[in-house]
Amino acid sequence: MKRNLDVISAYAIMLGLIILVGFLQSWSIALSILCFCLISAVMTMGANIQWGYAGLINFGIMGYTALGGLAAVLVSVPPVKEAWQVGGLNMIACVFLIALMVFGVRFVLKKYNKSDKRNYGIALVIIIGLILLRLISEPAIESIEAVNPATTGFLGGMGLPILFSWIVGAFFAGALAYIIGKIALGLRADYLAIATLLISEIVIAIIKHEDWLSRGVKNVIGLKRPVPYEIDLQTKEWFINLVAKFNQGTLNLITDALEKEKILKQLVIEGSTVFVKLCFVGLFSVVVIILLIITQKALYSPWGRMMRAIRDNEEAANAMGKNVVKQHLLIFVLGSAIVGIAGAMMVTYDGLFTPGSYRPMRYTFLIWVMVIVGGSGNNFGAVLGGFAVWFLWIEAAPLALFLINLFTSGLAETNTFKIHLINSIPYFRFLMMGIGLLLIMRYRPKGILPEKILNK
Amino acid sequence: MDFLNAIILLLNYIFVPALSYGSQLALGAIFVSLIYGILRFAYFTAGDLMSFGTMFAILFTWYFQSLGISLGILPTALLAIPFAIIITILFTLITDKLVFSYYRTKKSPPVMLAMVSIGTMFVTQAIVRIVIGPFDRRFFDGERFILKANEFKEMTGLNEGLSIKSTQVITLVVTIIVVSILFWFLNKTKTGKSMRAYSDNEDLALLSGIDPKKVVMITWVIAAILATIGGTLYGLDKSFKPFTYFNNMLPIFAAAIVGGIGNPFGAFLGGYVIAFSEILLTYAYKKFFFYILPESLEPDSLIQLLSTDYKFAVSFSILVIVLLFRPAGIFKGKVL
Repeated sequence: MKRNLDVISAYAIMLGLIILVGFLQSWSIALSILCFCLISAVMTMGANIQWGYAGLINFGIMGYTALGGLAAVLVSVPPVKEAWQVGGLNMIACVFLIALMVFGVRFVLKKYNKSDKRNYGIALVIIIGLILLRLISEPAIESIEAVNPATTGFLGGMGLPILFSWIVGAFFAGALAYIIGKIALGLRADYLAIATLLISEIVIAIIKHEDWLSRGVKNVIGLKRPVPYEIDLQTKEWFINLVAKFNQGTLNLITDALEKEKILKQLVIEGSTVFVKLCFVGLFSVVVIILLIITQKALYSPWGRMMRAIRDNEEAANAMGKNVVKQHLLIFVLGSAIVGIAGAMMVTYDGLFTPGSYRPMRYTFLIWVMVIVGGSGNNFGAVLGGFAVWFLWIEAAPLALFLINLFTSGLAETNTFKIHLINSIPYFRFLMMGIGLLLIMRYRPKGILPEKILNK
Repeated sequence: MDFLNAIILLLNYIFVPALSYGSQLALGAIFVSLIYGILRFAYFTAGDLMSFGTMFAILFTWYFQSLGISLGILPTALLAIPFAIIITILFTLITDKLVFSYYRTKKSPPVMLAMVSIGTMFVTQAIVRIVIGPFDRRFFDGERFILKANEFKEMTGLNEGLSIKSTQVITLVVTIIVVSILFWFLNKTKTGKSMRAYSDNEDLALLSGIDPKKVVMITWVIAAILATIGGTLYGLDKSFKPFTYFNNMLPIFAAAIVGGIGNPFGAFLGGYVIAFSEILLTYAYKKFFFYILPESLEPDSLIQLLSTDYKFAVSFSILVIVLLFRPAGIFKGKVL
């Protein structure tokens, strides 16, 4: 108990802050912050098992998040039958062609030893494959995108409940990580960081511009939620009764029946948004708790000890007969898969998929700030980092406004300098993040909750 | 005649733009490469340092314009660059003193320093956005074109026009001057040689009496100069927007790695490799073939290898290929 005091107190402070937002601003805001905190926590756990357990730098978090989001679209949107009719066959042929290319490359790799001949062989297979792909897919893509472009214009998905996408997203992200890992994991740490950053940009470019797959920058809206809709709730008998029961005190004070009816209606509308967000919080908490249990178990298992050994001294671990390359690849895939889950969760919560909104600042570097601030190598630290940094990221604006007003209180309201500062409030969050990161790295380089090695 | 038309077409749409874009990338890549070689970490603030320098160039330009000072047909920004450089130098030296020097003396792993540079990236980005805002700004004044497409057509009687913007020429001239001074400095002067020695083998360099503080300081000064010049040239040629500058960090890194990170000359060439391949692979060659092929063979489609949406993806794919087959870069890294 005493050993975990720092963890408990840190979490208590965090929850207290969110509750404070509930009282000061509104419960709806507090709960949406909490939802995104939970999503960020999942992403941070993914990055943390790569960086904290194994010391791998993955700056491609944005790419996996977007892939998870794509999974949400592909799972939940009903299939567009017309589009499948006009172009489905060609697209399936393309999938086979890609599989054929992969086997072709593997064949060349097996058949020839490392030489120029092998490289040219691989290049030849890929170039021929790409030209064939282009020839087969081009007419199909054109006709798919011509199917009712205002609302569909893409192949659609499977029409399954969106919750499945959380698993599918993990598989998508894991598969991408496997490919990237095969290519890039041999690189030095900083090269790996740059390579993953650039590859994630390629992933975003593809999702943004392949309209037949994801509708691209036209966005997919109206994804089906796993929880009830506000409009439906507001007409349900049991929900109105529930709200009335909760607010009995205030309602009883009002004598006029008409007035009472009006206020109850208002309360039901407010209550429905809070209820929906509470449902999301419940769903996300389940994911976070399951992941926490699994990652904690893994951290203190023999496998976790081996990962730490590899992280701290790769050569020694190698000499002890541990397959460093294989373990690196494994942990790279696992961590990315967790990030993929978070990506799917986020699209589920938003109910829409906007490829244009994936930017490295928000989805890669901010997550890294969370990992470093929270405490790399400590799962509770990672979750806390996700909570704290996201909270600051959202609440930076009111905080900055308060500080600016405090420091410029001597200036007149019409002072241009003051107006300029107040207009640039959204950017103070970058300043706070940067300074926060620098301070933590300088004075508490292991994060708020440092890694603890238990010798059980 | 058709053949000449085809050549002019390529010159106008590929060669000239790629040359100026490549120069701007090259300036960025050189300083990323220098920092990597001497300070030994990946400097993620690269793009934002460029926007920081450019921001001050813009502010000084506005100031000069308000005073009524101008360079006639040349953009006023050229006059503003030296002042912007001074402020950027101060900025890099202060960040080094406050942030990086601590980790350097502690001999932290390069990864740690790269992370720290992400912190400075956030701060720099915030400063730029707070001071000048996130919007698109054009600060070019003076004569826009040296050669207009119409004039060229009238002059030569060809179907295709060749237009050369003055910013493109300025970019090229300034790049040539700056890069030749830099390489002269690195190869001929004593300080430059000591920097190369320090990059090559730190311990040996220290043993032979090279002052590490001076080497580090000069590196930051060079970085600030190159960042401000490169950024301002890019802003003159296109426009200034903090987000674009942040994104430019990616092709700059690609150029630095393709050229062999830690090797400024490689980075210089790497900039052009990236710029040319981006533009060559995303250009639609329909008109080109229209000129050089006989009528019966003329293509119907655009003959575009990749859509322009994938411009960035091209440079990154090149990077991945280079990393796979020549991890030390095309021009072999670590020989400053």
